[in-house]
Amino acid sequence: MKQNEKKALQIAACKIRMGAIEGVYHAKSGHPGGSLSAADIFAYLYFKEMNIDPKRPKDENRDRFVLSKGHTCPGLYAALALKGYFPWDELKKLRHIGAMLQGHPDMKGTPGIDMSTGSLGQGVAAAGGMALAGKMDGKNYRVYSVLGDGETEEGEVWEAAMFAGHHKLDNLCLIIDDNGLQIDGPTAEIGGPEPLDQKYRAFGFDVQKIDGHDFDAIEAAFNHAKTVKGKPSAIIARTVKGRGVSYMENQVGWHGKAPNDEQYRVAMRELKKTLSELEAE
Amino acid sequence: MAEMVKKATRESYGLALAELGETNPDVVVLDADLASATKSFFFRDKFPDRFVDCGIAECNMIGVAAGLATCGKIPFASSFAMFAAGRAFEQVRNSVGYPHLNVKIAGSHAGISVGEDGATHQCLEDLALMRTIPGMVVLNPADHYEMQAAVKAAAEYVGPVYIRLGRLAVESFNNSDDYHFEIGRGITLRDGRDITVIATGLMVSRAVEAVRELEKEGIDARLINLHTLKPLDREIIVRAARETGKIVTVEEHNVIGGLGDAVCSVVCSECPVPVVKIGVNDQFGHSGPAAALLEQYGLCASHIEEVVRRVLKK
Repeated sequence: MKQNEKKALQIAACKIRMGAIEGVYHAKSGHPGGSLSAADIFAYLYFKEMNIDPKRPKDENRDRFVLSKGHTCPGLYAALALKGYFPWDELKKLRHIGAMLQGHPDMKGTPGIDMSTGSLGQGVAAAGGMALAGKMDGKNYRVYSVLGDGETEEGEVWEAAMFAGHHKLDNLCLIIDDNGLQIDGPTAEIGGPEPLDQKYRAFGFDVQKIDGHDFDAIEAAFNHAKTVKGKPSAIIARTVKGRGVSYMENQVGWHGKAPNDEQYRVAMRELKKTLSELEAE
Repeated sequence: MAEMVKKATRESYGLALAELGETNPDVVVLDADLASATKSFFFRDKFPDRFVDCGIAECNMIGVAAGLATCGKIPFASSFAMFAAGRAFEQVRNSVGYPHLNVKIAGSHAGISVGEDGATHQCLEDLALMRTIPGMVVLNPADHYEMQAAVKAAAEYVGPVYIRLGRLAVESFNNSDDYHFEIGRGITLRDGRDITVIATGLMVSRAVEAVRELEKEGIDARLINLHTLKPLDREIIVRAARETGKIVTVEEHNVIGGLGDAVCSVVCSECPVPVVKIGVNDQFGHSGPAAALLEQYGLCASHIEEVVRRVLKK
């Protein structure tokens, strides 16, 4: 990837992280940890990978995105705002009464949201339906869905995987945000979903394991996924929960908690510093 | 007058889908390894490219249906009521109901008339579960002609619909030329002044029989077929309460949360009169031949007659 392109994506990802913190802080609740771990993936999808136009959010030929781990929508909302689906200021009303941005994605009320999600395991099943519709209609759009590694403890995730593999949905690309933590602790200690690569391979997927914060690796993985025929893709992206805010990184306690005033100031200071360094380079 | 036929409403469902497939290219049919039981195979055999067998995974099937609906398809997801409305309840609520997607859910083998399979498969809660989802239309057609009309109406209506299908063959009675099906509009099958019997689904045919017998005794019972549990025809219920003063409801469902409770909630707030509910009294079913079970649980004409006589004596 070219240096200036990578820089632009890093800047987008940093702004997405700032938007996620902004949203959760003003909501006084929400899920920062998984929003930050998936921020680089959101940035790549919305600013490089997907064929989308914020002016035509319902275009029938657009690529689809389903955030199966719907609780990390503060990050997704920031990506959508940055892309131009709605004003950035909406982020500050997240989870407020009467606000457009709900605690979990609501496709009826928010432009750019292709599926209402939040109950874990369900988004990825709907993504399978969208991919199937594309096949039935002979359309070229692709369907992307981000799920959490903890989410793969849900049985429906594997029903959906069996379905996608069996129906050879090569227009479906799952990205597992593998940050290793869930509410009650490390995934390895709670539900033990690993080895995810072997599981997805056994369900008929093309599987890649990457560093989910390395844009070169992210680009290579998505480019490879597009060349795979007759199989859905799973990109297992190893990430750091809370990435980008020092005191949140790898801390399970930041799964679903809002920063207080002081923590908010620290987080924004850190992210602004990262941003100005990126912009100065 | 259309011919009288004796068919299970699941068969009417499958036949209606196969017909619908001809005129509506957006209709796709999903099943969860029960195509021969839900009779969705009538559609599969005619339109294999628009039929998806999702395997024994109902929760995923509802999600796939939701995804298809976001892309403009009109999916009919078919399974047993126990699994479509029961096991996949939360998928129906969150992936179909909340985003108000254009998904039709068909729950077959509903009620105790599943028979020999026993309690695990005799879904007596589906109407209650589906009624609680905001914006969900809940249909419980009574015979072949009504099911055919209901499937057509469900496809034309934009939004989520639950359709209850029965396993047991039932003699048709909605075969007159002026028969008209409209979602949310009950049908008065017999006018009457002494009492009103409101029935739904398979129980309508039993109520027709009961009212005919009661007529011989000089009891002038009104009979209403409430094929739509939601949205409820409040007007027809209130009028019945006002004009006949007594109501008996009949459903092949737990008396908690189904037709009886729906009628009670309207009657209580708008025109309080006694309502007696006939249904399964908060019990599980068990194995046995369907006809014998229906009799045992009081879901038969003779029991309806008995209850009507008792209510009128009070």
